[in-house]
Formats: sequence, C-alpha cells, structure tokens
Amino acid sequence: MNAKSIGITLNGSEIHLKSNSLKELLESLNLSEARFAVEINREIVPKSQIDNYTLNEEDVVEIVIAVGGG
Amino acid sequence: MEKLIIGTREFSSRLLVGTGKYKDFQETQDAIVASGAQVVTVAIRRTNIGQNKDEPNLLDFLNPEKFIILPNTAGCYNVDDAVRTCNLARELLDGHNLVKLEVLGDEKTLFPNMTQTLEAARILVEDDFEVMVYCTDDPILCKELDDIGCVSIMPLAAPIGSGLGITNPYNIEIILENSNKPIIVDAGVGTASDATIAMELGCDGVLMNTAIAEAKNPILMASAMKKAIESGREAFLAGRMEKRLYASKSSPKDGVIK
Repeated sequence: MNAKSIGITLNGSEIHLKSNSLKELLESLNLSEARFAVEINREIVPKSQIDNYTLNEEDVVEIVIAVGGG
Repeated sequence: MEKLIIGTREFSSRLLVGTGKYKDFQETQDAIVASGAQVVTVAIRRTNIGQNKDEPNLLDFLNPEKFIILPNTAGCYNVDDAVRTCNLARELLDGHNLVKLEVLGDEKTLFPNMTQTLEAARILVEDDFEVMVYCTDDPILCKELDDIGCVSIMPLAAPIGSGLGITNPYNIEIILENSNKPIIVDAGVGTASDATIAMELGCDGVLMNTAIAEAKNPILMASAMKKAIESGREAFLAGRMEKRLYASKSSPKDGVIK
C-alpha cells in the first residue's frame, strides 16, 4: 500500500487520490470485476499490468466500458 | 442459407444489430435474441465515476461467447480518437480485433468524414484490426477501402437513425459490382421492406439499430427484420423475373368454357 497523495485527471475530471496504486483506484470505482479498459497518457494499460501499475502526478487516465450503441 | 464470411469469421445470420436506444438491457437482449443476429455492436464510453457496484453492465446481457461483439467508434470525429477507441475496445474485449470504424463528419447528418475514415482504416489494418467500415455510398471510396484491406464495406442507405430506407439503390448496385468483400448496408433502414430491398439488391447483410429499437414493439420488429433479411437473400439468390410492360397470362389461353 502506498499512501502518497497525487492529483490526476480521470475521464476529464481532475481528482486527488490518497494512493498512487491504479488497482486501488479501480477498486474504489467498483470496476475490479466489470469489463473495462484503461488508457494512461494515451497508452493502453494491459490488464496484466494493472496490479503493479503506479500512477504519477498529472497522469491523464481514461477508463471505458461498453455501452449501448449502433 | 449459405454463410456470411467476414474476415476470419463465419455467420449464419446476415442481420447485424446495434444495442443503443433500448428501454433497458433486458429489452436489448430480448430484441437481439428475436433478431437472430450474431454480430452485435456496442459503443465505448467513459465509465461513470462513482458507479454503483450493482449497476448492470451491457456485457452482462450479451455473452461474448454467444455473440460477436462489434465495438464501434461512434462519436469520433477524427483519426486519432477513432484509433484510440479501437485500441481501448481491443483491450476491453481481451484482444478481439473486429471493429466497426466510423469517423463522423458532423452532428447533424452523421455522415462519415471520408478522408479521416480512409486514414484511420489504413492505420487500423496495419495494426492487425479486422475493420468493418461505415462509409458513404461513393463507389470509388468504397473500392479504396476495399483495397486498403477492410474486411467489410458498410455504405449508408440513408443518414443514421433516419429510417428513410434505401435511398441510393443504384450506388449500392455499383458498389456491389466493384467489390469482393461483403457489402453491408449500415444505417438508414426504417422497416422490414427496406431490409429486404437491400438484400434483394445483393447486399451481404444489413446493420441496423434504430429501426428495431424505436419500433413501438421492438421485439416484434426484430423478428420481422430477421424474416425480411432471409426473404431478401433468398429472392436475390432465386433471381427475380424480368419486368415487362404488359400482362402475361398465367393460366392457359385455350380450353376456357364458352
């Protein structure tokens, strides 16, 4: 557990996090079991790397899911 | 009926359906089952921050083992956003590489921006995506998308969600003549006869969303569309009779009682 506090942009909104662990961020969003994909600073973060991924100050994070569409 | 082959995949249904505009996920699922479709489009969007843990997810209702999920790039107006969306979709779907590319031109018409579409298609094909591409009904541009290596060319029949029907049958005929790839009419169909017309022209399939979702009874319309697609395909394969200006008797001329 890393307690370092950081500021990031998540899906277009600036937020502050108590931890720099990507895994903890996803858990706090209730996303750990749903189908989703993560992009950080325009790079895809493969599922296999999520558990050990450390967020940095000012990271731009996009988290997407599948929704209804044509 | 003979199979529809798109890239490396084979399908027995020639109806492809979207998942937008339904009342809820249950109605979405019921309509899709009634349509018999095997390819089902989804959009890729930012998740709601603070999502409820019990909030249902569309993919809980569409088992990716039963359906081929076709992520689209709807809402993208440039190459960069469309390519990023495809990369996110591939990660989301565990490496699944079939995508529906659409790069839009403007909000009002939702017509494709074809210069951006061509460039995005090149990048995605190079990156091993199997690209099904929404495009204008310009036969020259459709041929170019074919040459780039898209696995299916999907010209619009009318604007997305308009329900105007097959407004461009002659263009579609030329596109069909020019291409070896499956031609799938994407967008514009309003009711069952529209889908049949597309199939009678020789199209390999039809992709639709609003025509089913906005019907008063979407599940019944989904069933109607399934039959319309099958009827149109069979009529195309059967080969229609020649039209003639005057009548031609069906019953014998001789032997009528006097």
